[in-house]
Amino acid sequence: MKIDEVPQDHSSTYGGHCKLVYAVDDSGHYLTAQSDGWDAEAFATQLAVAELEAQEQAALAQWRAGQASPLRCLMYRYRLDELGLSQATGLWQWRIRRHFRPDVYRRLPTKILSRYAEAFGLDVAELVRYQQEPA
Amino acid sequence: MTDFQHRQSAHCESGVMANMLTHAGLSMSEPMAFGLGSGLAFAYLPIVKLAGLPLIAYRMPPRHIIKTLSKRLGARLTTATYGSPERGRQALDAALDAGRLTGMQTSVFWLPYIPEQMRFHFNAHNLLAYGRDGDDYLLSDPVLEEAVRCPAESLQKARFAKGALAPKGLLYWVDDVPLEHDWETLVRKSILSTTRIIDSAPLPWIGIRGIQHLAAQVRKLDPANVKYNRLYLTHIVRMQEEIGTGGAGFRFMYASFLEEAGALIGAEALREASQKLTLIGDDWRQFALACVRWCRSKEDRGGFLEVAAILERIALAERALLKDLSLWSKGKR
Repeated sequence: MKIDEVPQDHSSTYGGHCKLVYAVDDSGHYLTAQSDGWDAEAFATQLAVAELEAQEQAALAQWRAGQASPLRCLMYRYRLDELGLSQATGLWQWRIRRHFRPDVYRRLPTKILSRYAEAFGLDVAELVRYQQEPA
Repeated sequence: MTDFQHRQSAHCESGVMANMLTHAGLSMSEPMAFGLGSGLAFAYLPIVKLAGLPLIAYRMPPRHIIKTLSKRLGARLTTATYGSPERGRQALDAALDAGRLTGMQTSVFWLPYIPEQMRFHFNAHNLLAYGRDGDDYLLSDPVLEEAVRCPAESLQKARFAKGALAPKGLLYWVDDVPLEHDWETLVRKSILSTTRIIDSAPLPWIGIRGIQHLAAQVRKLDPANVKYNRLYLTHIVRMQEEIGTGGAGFRFMYASFLEEAGALIGAEALREASQKLTLIGDDWRQFALACVRWCRSKEDRGGFLEVAAILERIALAERALLKDLSLWSKGKR
């Protein structure tokens, strides 16, 4: 990559930051340069974020309709999947899937809820409150 | 510690090592740290899943550069992980109070200064702490332009995030590093090690065979399965470009190392190799563009033969280059 080919696409995914990249001058010597975004990369990032947001919205609708516990929605909101949530909480995936059922969720002890709260970075009181009331 | 100089880097681990060694008195650029630590690689790991998709890495696993580089340079590093978060916090505070420039491994997700859309659960990020001010830590995150402040609570969460590659509060600092080195031997040794990793690994997912494996996977995609293909192709691009400077970025950084090392020891062959690797890096960027182009086009998407062909070309070019480098590092050229 030549120094004048370093992309400057002002990608919103960079949040106003710049990345450092290595690029060559006309005689092929390496220099460093800053890049404030690349459309190709931003497209890929945004697609991944959009996918998670769509999953979160679907899970939120299920939670509101009483068909699922809040855990599924929160899992996507905090950019986890079942495997990631299992690793972060130390709970088996089948247990997590079971906890996605609203009736099971309402009976969960605070001890289990606090493991979810820690994984999401939330106050456990919030998860306890969701046991009594809908979203 | 007022004399510490933050320097932005392309990759966290090589940046942390370069800044830490420079601070310890052994002036070192990031590409040199990356090259001498034999950081370049390729791996396609179908067993390790990220959001249900395979892990694709363009460099050696986390901590490889730290371990390899300090061993080659004969540097003494203190490293420690902590079972109890509280003990980990105390150890960090004690190290900072003793004036140590302290490296650590963290999750990206819990660092508040990282742009929102970049915050995914990646647990093998590296950064340096150079001081404390009230409830904030003064951090030098090598991928950022400037040094930053981070609230103690967030840093604690980032250091003790759970999951794959959990950092377990890992701290490390340089106790002592020799300042005199036989650079030629070091350069040859580190390049030879990289050629062995990439071109002679016994597994079909590592190195050149890994690139060919990825090409085969791309060629096999069913063009009708648009949703999956879009996720899969952009996943490759994200693994390549976003998560730690990526495929092309690492190739350019290694090329920069070859140039700098060649000038240091007066080896013209390395300068030629650097130029070839620059072209390979450009091909990696073309590959990323081709993936995104497929995802963006509304109709007439076509198959994946062309996209896979770029990868196959890259594989052959990297193999040829590594053969040359391998001969050079053994002194046969």
